[in-house]
This record gives sequence, structure tokens and C-alpha cells, in this order.
Amino acid sequence: MRAAIALALVLAAAAAGAGEVRAPATFLSPDLRALQDDPSRHPGWLWVDSGEAHWRAPPAGGRPSCQGCHGDIGGMRGVATRYPQVADDGRLLNLEGRIETCRSRHQQAPAFGYESEPLLSLTAAVALQSRGLPTAVATDGPAASFVAEGRRLFETRMGQLNLSCAQCHEANVGRRLRGDVISSGIGTGFPAYRLEWNTMGSLHRRLRACSLGVRATQFSLGSPEYLALELYLAARAQGLPIEAPGLRR
Amino acid sequence: MANATIPARITMPAEAKRGEIVEIRVLARHPMERAIDAPGLRPVARKIIHTLRVSQEGREFFRMDLSSGIAANPYVAFTLRAERSGELVFEWIEDGGVTYKRRQGLTVT
Repeated sequence: MRAAIALALVLAAAAAGAGEVRAPATFLSPDLRALQDDPSRHPGWLWVDSGEAHWRAPPAGGRPSCQGCHGDIGGMRGVATRYPQVADDGRLLNLEGRIETCRSRHQQAPAFGYESEPLLSLTAAVALQSRGLPTAVATDGPAASFVAEGRRLFETRMGQLNLSCAQCHEANVGRRLRGDVISSGIGTGFPAYRLEWNTMGSLHRRLRACSLGVRATQFSLGSPEYLALELYLAARAQGLPIEAPGLRR
Repeated sequence: MANATIPARITMPAEAKRGEIVEIRVLARHPMERAIDAPGLRPVARKIIHTLRVSQEGREFFRMDLSSGIAANPYVAFTLRAERSGELVFEWIEDGGVTYKRRQGLTVT
């Protein structure tokens, strides 16, 4: 009987361990973690510099710059913790989508385009203002159905390898895969500078790499599928600090 | 073209005591195109920054040859013994002859 109770406790502890979502930085090697925290060496800051310049520069056509309405970019503190977010018109927007919407609606300028240099730069610069603040996305009300859809995608087996996100990023967190440690699979570090890419990239680009990894159909950048998944990942990361611009292998 | 700018971050103290060793960190944005040629790929010309040169009042005090094995957005750190005040001129020389320049002041007390 005592042995059975002890076993039950061990199993409960193991289950709690499996369900624990850890900040991405805790999976980085000490060297990479130091690099992520060092603006003098982190190449992502080159994009931050460029994003801050875009923030101040008015678009062609006489409309105000980002700064013209929002003031100093420091005023964006905390904003990235609340995205993805359902907009007034019912669309789910991530930070990139919010910037693009603002640009077309208020600046009346053509959208930058997903994964374009200016959009990555602006997103990185805005997200940086929330670095260290806890993720705090809304998951109730109009967001609830998007969270549910994201969760469904996270738990659905996909591709020739027939794997769901959860099979790696929940069931095997901390174990090794292809020379790297399997993380909890959350996107608080994005946009991130990925050494494999030699450049800055969005979370959706990273998700496409994951889809390719399991030989599944890749959804497009900014697609409803990845947006819902991004919201679910943020919901799992609730309370964990924003790390953007991150540094990843 | 001789004075094109380059997105770069130069991290160094603005002031130093005479004789002090200061660390200078230089991060520049550059694709370092190394001319990959493989089946199915179209060959492209190599275009890397092959030299980083740092000088003060025309006196060169640091030079590094960079190879095609160096990743994009190269990061270089080196030290300098602070002897005189003056602008440091950082020059990145690219294949094809374009030189990118940035300047950063150093005051020696």
C-alpha cells in the first residue's frame, strides 16, 4: 500500500513535470543565453536599430510616422505581451498584423508584407519594449474560439511523420532531438535571430520549419492556422517573460 | 560609393584614461555572400566583407582579413590601448571595392 502511494506520487510528479511550460531561454546553452542578453553581440539589435528608425520615419504621402501618433517607442511597453489579440472587427491579429493594419488604415501606406525587412524590424523594436514582462494574452470572450482552434492544431497529428506539436513540445520536453534540446515550444522570443537562418525571422517562419520537419503541409505566413496556433502558444506561455528579440540556434 | 554606410553597432567607451585597455565590439549587417555553387543552384558571385580596418587620424591600428567561412553579420571584438583622443574610423571593405565607413569618437583623459 505504501509502495503504491509512493508510486502514485512519483507518477503525479512526473505528470506535473511533463505539463510544465518553461521559458525558451532555459533551453539555451549558457553561451547562447548570454548572447541573447547582450546587445553588443546579438545581431538582432541591428534589426532593432532599423525598426526604431522606421518608427520615427513618416511614410510617403504626408501621413504621420508611428511616432507621430504613438510618441516615443518606449510607450509601446507591455504591448507585445497582449498579442495575438482579437481586433474590433473580429480578426485575430498578431503584432505583425497589428502593425500592418495600422500602416494601411492610419498611414494609408501599402503593407510591408509578412517577413519583409521593415516589418521584422518594426516588430522586433516594438516587442523589445516588452522584454522581461510577463505574457498576458486574453483567452476568453472573442479569443476563446481561436484558442480552441490553436489547441486543436497543437494536438493534431500532421504530416508523413504523423506527429502533433504536443508529442514533442509537451511529451518530450527537455529530451534531445537532432542535436538540440526539445523546448516547450512557445514563441515569446520571436521575432528572433536564428543562427541557422543567419537572419531575423518571425514565429510563423519558425512554425513553417516545424511543419516541414514533420513533413506536413506548411501553412502560409500570417495564415489563420498559424495565427490561432500562435495564440494558443501564447496562452501556454501565460506569465512567462517576453524574450524578443530572441536568439535561437 | 567610397563612403557608403552600413548598419552597424559599435560598442566601446566614449572616454578612457591614457594607457587604459579598452574593448571595442563591432557588429555589422552584411549577408557575406560566399558564392555557393551546387547542383540545382545558380552560381552567384562571392560578395563578402574581406577586410575590417580601424584607424585613428590616418594611423591604422587594427586590420582583420575576413574569409568566406565567416557567418553573415560578422561580429569582431578587439582591444586598443587608449593613447590619444580622436575619431576612430571603421572601414569594411567589400568584394568589388566598396568601402563602408563608420566613425566613433574616443576621448582620452
